Amino acid sequence: MKAFAQLFLSLDETNKTNEKVKVLKDYFTNVPDTDKMHMLALFTGRRPKRPVNSTLIRNWAIEASNIPQWLFEESYHVVGDLAETMSLLMPESQNSSSKTLTEWIAEINAQAARTEEERKLWLMESWAMLDRQERFVFNKLLTGSFRIGVSNNLVVKALADITGIEAPALTHRIMGSWMPEDYTYDQLIQEQNVADNISRPYPFFLAYPIQETSEKRKSAEEVGLALGDADQWQAEWKWDGIRAQMIKRGGEIFIWSRGEDLATEKFPELHPFLNALPDGTVLDGEILGFQNGLPMPFNILQTRIGRKNLSKKILTDSPVATIVYDCLEYAGEDIRSKTQSERREILEKLQNETGFSEVFRISSLIQFNSWEELEKTREQSRAMIAEGVMLKRKSATYQVGRRRGDWWKWKIDPLSVDAVMIYAQKGHGRRADLYTDYTFAVWDGDKLVPFAKAYSGLTDAEINKVDYFVKRNTLEKFGPVRTVKPELVFEIGFEGINKSTRHKSGIALRFPRILRWRHDKPKEEADTLDSLKDLLGENGG
Amino acid sequence: MAKPLLEFTDRGIYCAQGKFYIDPWKPVDDAVITHAHADHAYVGHKNYLAHHLSKEVLYYRLGEINLRTIEYGETVTKNGVQISMYPAGHVIGSAQIRVEYKGVVWVVSGDYKTDDDGISTPFEPVKCHHFISECTFGMPVYSWKPQSEIFTDVNNWWRSNVENGVATVIVGYSLGKAQRILQNLDLDIGKVYTHGVIENTNEALRRNGVILNPTERITSESSKEEVRKGIIIAPPSSVGTPWMRKFGPYSFGYCSGWMAIRGAKRRRAADRGFIMSDHADWNGLVSAIDATSCECVYLTHGYTASFTRYLNEIGFNAREVHTLYGGEEEDARVTEGEEVKETAPSGDVVKEDAP
Repeated sequence: MKAFAQLFLSLDETNKTNEKVKVLKDYFTNVPDTDKMHMLALFTGRRPKRPVNSTLIRNWAIEASNIPQWLFEESYHVVGDLAETMSLLMPESQNSSSKTLTEWIAEINAQAARTEEERKLWLMESWAMLDRQERFVFNKLLTGSFRIGVSNNLVVKALADITGIEAPALTHRIMGSWMPEDYTYDQLIQEQNVADNISRPYPFFLAYPIQETSEKRKSAEEVGLALGDADQWQAEWKWDGIRAQMIKRGGEIFIWSRGEDLATEKFPELHPFLNALPDGTVLDGEILGFQNGLPMPFNILQTRIGRKNLSKKILTDSPVATIVYDCLEYAGEDIRSKTQSERREILEKLQNETGFSEVFRISSLIQFNSWEELEKTREQSRAMIAEGVMLKRKSATYQVGRRRGDWWKWKIDPLSVDAVMIYAQKGHGRRADLYTDYTFAVWDGDKLVPFAKAYSGLTDAEINKVDYFVKRNTLEKFGPVRTVKPELVFEIGFEGINKSTRHKSGIALRFPRILRWRHDKPKEEADTLDSLKDLLGENGG
Repeated sequence: MAKPLLEFTDRGIYCAQGKFYIDPWKPVDDAVITHAHADHAYVGHKNYLAHHLSKEVLYYRLGEINLRTIEYGETVTKNGVQISMYPAGHVIGSAQIRVEYKGVVWVVSGDYKTDDDGISTPFEPVKCHHFISECTFGMPVYSWKPQSEIFTDVNNWWRSNVENGVATVIVGYSLGKAQRILQNLDLDIGKVYTHGVIENTNEALRRNGVILNPTERITSESSKEEVRKGIIIAPPSSVGTPWMRKFGPYSFGYCSGWMAIRGAKRRRAADRGFIMSDHADWNGLVSAIDATSCECVYLTHGYTASFTRYLNEIGFNAREVHTLYGGEEEDARVTEGEEVKETAPSGDVVKEDAP
């Protein structure tokens, strides 16, 4: 565990990519293979089980820290991370431990079979033999919120340097469902083929955005200059659903979301068409709510994502279909190196043969002869219930991760509204102890009605100014939330708007974020609830 | 009921009987100054009273002021009120102000730390009835390591930078942190270079008779190659400026108590964060307050609300008061973009610790 704790510390101590890769390589070359796999699992979002209830951990930590509970909570607001708070508040350890990461994780997993008393004893003893940094990563393992400022790409790069295996191949091999207990380092680095693990998805290819802001839009001419001849490109609508990879192999089907969550059971409507596909087929597309041949707004789908049980009512109210736009594997063969046009042909063939064309849809190509023409067509995005258009180079291979060059997303401007900040709350992580999470309101007569929360969109410098304002203009405190003097006006952007019975304002926004701080607007000039409700008809259910 | 000896007014802490203010933030006739940081020593008062070791820095920062200085333990009497100074251990020349009238004793801590930094006269607890204390780091998550451990880390980092051929820039406030760093560097590794703002402060302290390790002011003539073999001490305001970028490639270390929290450290985007503060940590605050045996403690700046509540729960009589102190360490939470003021390489602008 000392090596793992040091890894964490060293990664924190540099902002430079090359240094981080070096630190990762040092770790890989100095720990046993089982530790490597555990580290890899943790760094790629495969959390260990959480055998001990986190409320109990918290209570025992308070006991070990010997401070009142309220002070623990206040400390947590200052630190913004539970594992870190606990490690900072406990007294320095007197002993030390030489157990490896693998051994610690085995111990953690073994707690599942223990009684509460035994767990407490084990935890108190464990804390007492770990230094502050070890305790921090140990608490991270226990509470399972493992977010490290290191991308999968960096981990893969380090591993690629060490093993001599190419990064895309490694990225593929660490996809899908595996746990360090059943996937060894030897298996990872040996030559292998797709059939080794029939559920394994391919790494997603992600589009790069054509950068625009509400003040500065790209003209068709600029896009043309950057991308070249229009006839080298295919265009599709950019659908607002859940990106998914759908696999049929060895008589079994798997649906993977982009977060590498296996979501097969969440979408029973898709099972018949997937089962009917030939073995050795992998499709890439978007899952959307779909009714009467039309996509439904994202929030309809959202209501069923979180549900454990899909009741009949949900399946009736929010049925799904998929709009497929790529084929990555055909007849058991990885076809990612074929061109976009070739893959499209195969996809069209598959879709032609399906008996489930209502559910297995294909992303139709937008016909255009010039960038000007496409720019005009793009204006219809909202009517198409799309977020804009996608541009794909006809000669593009299917690549790994977000790459500039061959896939671009050209989104339409977000909807926006000017709103007044009325509540503020402290953030987490690198925004700990700063007021960064705000609630915004619009006018309903002479009252301000809250309608959205937003966390992102301001620069660090702006956040500091808002934080300064909040601390000096607090009207009331409710736990961590402060009511602030209504004064600051911000332009809030969002992708869609829907009726909501759960919110006081009667509306819910999709992906609200701060577009800019309107220093120029007094609060009286913020928008009204009525003006927001006017958007309902045009842009959602 | 008689008026308390010290009151909190919108100009600062006021003694009506002695007709003087302590660390006032608006112009007054008589000001007693705890230390020379900008959020405590404002310009515009008629008369200043401060510690000897603050003298030259005050002149340098505030210009021609009417200043009288005294030693620790020395007493000045004003209209029957006895004023004396005791070491606060915060920076060189920082003092707690002890005020006594008719047997009632008040102490104003200013800013303080309880650990000996080897350069500021160490903090001395002073018995009193009423104690006015800061609590910048008044949360139990703040707990400082011994200074020797921190400087082992600093020196090791410097050494490895020299080996890797990158410049070393260490950032700390120009009065206090800068000298503390300077006196604890391992000079066998290399030479110490200073930003103009810091060198100006060093020179003021040297005029005051303080003996500091040798330093070299960075000028437009300084050789980049030579500087790279040494270490640069720079103020927070220089981070990210063209002045600092011209030494690239460099590794930049930030020295502050806020570095104790991972989120704050990440926000700073420093290559290295060294947890080093000139303020007392949680245990330091509680023990310092306890050592005064005071009847009542007033918390002026920092995590005042929760610290006050905690002190009351463990049996102190604590109150939260509102002041304008706290510019100096609080600044450290601010990310650079905003805070950066263009500072001439000569460093004539002294702004980095304005509130």
